[in-house]
Amino acid sequence: MAKVNLQDVRKVYPNGHEALVPCSFDIPDGELVVLVGPSGCGKSTLLRMIAGLEEITEGQLTIGDRVVNHVDPADRNIAMVFQNYALYPHMTVAQNMGYGLKNRGLPKPEIDQKVRDAADMLDLTEYLNRRPNQLSGGQRQRVAMGRAIVRSPDLFLFDEPLSNLDAKLRNQMRIEIRALQRRFNTTSVYVTHDQVEAMTMADRIIVLNKGQIEQIGTPSQIYGSPASTFVASFMGAPPMNLLSGSVGDGVQIDGGIAVSGPSPQGHTGPVTIGIRPEDVEPSEAGVLPFEVSIIEELGAQRLLHGEIGGQSFSVAVPKDQNAETGTMKLALKPGAVHFFHNENGRRI
Amino acid sequence: MTDISQTSAPAKQPVIMGRRRIRMSDVVDHAVLILGALLMLVPVYMIFASSSHDAITIHREGLQFGFGEHFAANYNAALFEYGGFTDSVNGVTMLTNSLILGLGFAIGKIIVGMMAAYAIVYFRLRFATFAFWIIFTTLLLPLEVRILPSYEAIQAMNLANTYTGLIVPLIASATATFFFRQFFRSIPEELIEAARIDGAGPVKFFIDILVPLSRTMIAAMFIIMFVFGWNQYLWPTLITTDESLFTLVRGIRQIIQAYADGSTTPEYGEAAALAIIAMTPPVLIVVFFQNWFVKGLTESDK
Repeated sequence: MAKVNLQDVRKVYPNGHEALVPCSFDIPDGELVVLVGPSGCGKSTLLRMIAGLEEITEGQLTIGDRVVNHVDPADRNIAMVFQNYALYPHMTVAQNMGYGLKNRGLPKPEIDQKVRDAADMLDLTEYLNRRPNQLSGGQRQRVAMGRAIVRSPDLFLFDEPLSNLDAKLRNQMRIEIRALQRRFNTTSVYVTHDQVEAMTMADRIIVLNKGQIEQIGTPSQIYGSPASTFVASFMGAPPMNLLSGSVGDGVQIDGGIAVSGPSPQGHTGPVTIGIRPEDVEPSEAGVLPFEVSIIEELGAQRLLHGEIGGQSFSVAVPKDQNAETGTMKLALKPGAVHFFHNENGRRI
Repeated sequence: MTDISQTSAPAKQPVIMGRRRIRMSDVVDHAVLILGALLMLVPVYMIFASSSHDAITIHREGLQFGFGEHFAANYNAALFEYGGFTDSVNGVTMLTNSLILGLGFAIGKIIVGMMAAYAIVYFRLRFATFAFWIIFTTLLLPLEVRILPSYEAIQAMNLANTYTGLIVPLIASATATFFFRQFFRSIPEELIEAARIDGAGPVKFFIDILVPLSRTMIAAMFIIMFVFGWNQYLWPTLITTDESLFTLVRGIRQIIQAYADGSTTPEYGEAAALAIIAMTPPVLIVVFFQNWFVKGLTESDK
């Protein structure tokens, strides 16, 4: 177990591309931090730098009390789980899990014991003598987990470990990984592009965009008060509606539609207004005229897509509420309106 | 608007019993294949049949289709009768020499090729790409092209008439390096990274991960290279003048020539027998290893 500290860590590739602008953050002991962002945002680069697979261009990386910038991956006492499992195809499950320990020179009985314990925990005991290609995707992912666990590392690193699994298995493994992490209380860094995974698993989320940290916070902070329009539209499905409007004498959406509620302090002029689809509800007394053009059935809820004042807008309504295409009125729930700077997208 | 619902499956077509119609294109296809096979196999059969006749019959009547009575005698002579100018070489010696050449060439080439490919693919060498292309261009320069300088070099190193001189210059070519490079590049990056985190250094990674992963590839390479080495003719002819180092492939010719120089009839029967013997090991290797061979060239079980 260990805490991790990044101090102005930066990555520039030899071709001059800056994959990560200098960023600093702390991961407290035992916490699971999720790095989330669209592809190419630098989240994998960051993870691989922590693993030692990618060189750190500038800055300082500390795991525990050790600066590990130039420490070999094998000596950082970390374990990594890869997207495509990266199991050694020619070794049995037991050999796969024990390979790292064997290389550390542990005596064979001890390796066997640790492998058996881990296999027990992961329901892999009966597969110990199988080869990876005789296992299903979920089992392979478990073996990869087992390989990480047997080393009792200071730090777990997960590189999109669930994206090769089907949806049902993914939900199940998500819970399993979370449970294991809680059980060992091992500091973990988890990379994903799936915002549902990020929301459900994380103690804290770090949202990355274009090599820059957009926001660090707990899932409810990230969802409840996104720091920028990027975070607002990336986290949440369907994403937050972003409408251009202005603040003067009250708040208006372009087209002269007044929005009730508080206006941002110390800001006038054009502004981006964010409203989550579930923070509005159809109501006769509503203030927002909403033109519904498409209805999506999701089972638990319905999504109404349409326009407000010529700008696209989505509304989520519970499944027991009837919906039809055409015009309706929407009422805002309290605290529904977020304001962002119209140029740099930061929260106001 | 009618409701869409699952329609019941259409009634099964009755299966037409009786003979399958033979299509013209099938006949043509098979005719071509059979013709090709015959073209390949008939000469082999004729040699095999002829190897059971004595020299005089073959000399008088040409290659034979039927079997004669000298089968055992011919093979016995081909294998165990000492011949050549110095009477120091028989079929078994030549068989051994050919095996040494084939195995030495195949194994040497695989080892050198794998290690070169390992260096090129996995290490950030300053001139890795350049080195690869240099190695690659040797594909354009087979031994036959550079035979004089090679001969000079081997001669100068006093390696003529040694197994080393026989094998090493043949190893120097890029085929194995090229194939292994392509294969290594297809191994997923994550596997290497996982091994790095598992604490496998370069040597451990090579031996524990890369070699076992390459085993089908190694088998395929072994077959190709063994047959290639076994069939070498020009280079052994040039570099070995000592008859005890003769290989089978050149021995066949030597027998005919040696006897043809005299006034007696060339020992055609024995030569045919020797040809059959020379053919057998490569055929056996291909037959026994063909599963591996196909796997190595097609499978991507990674």
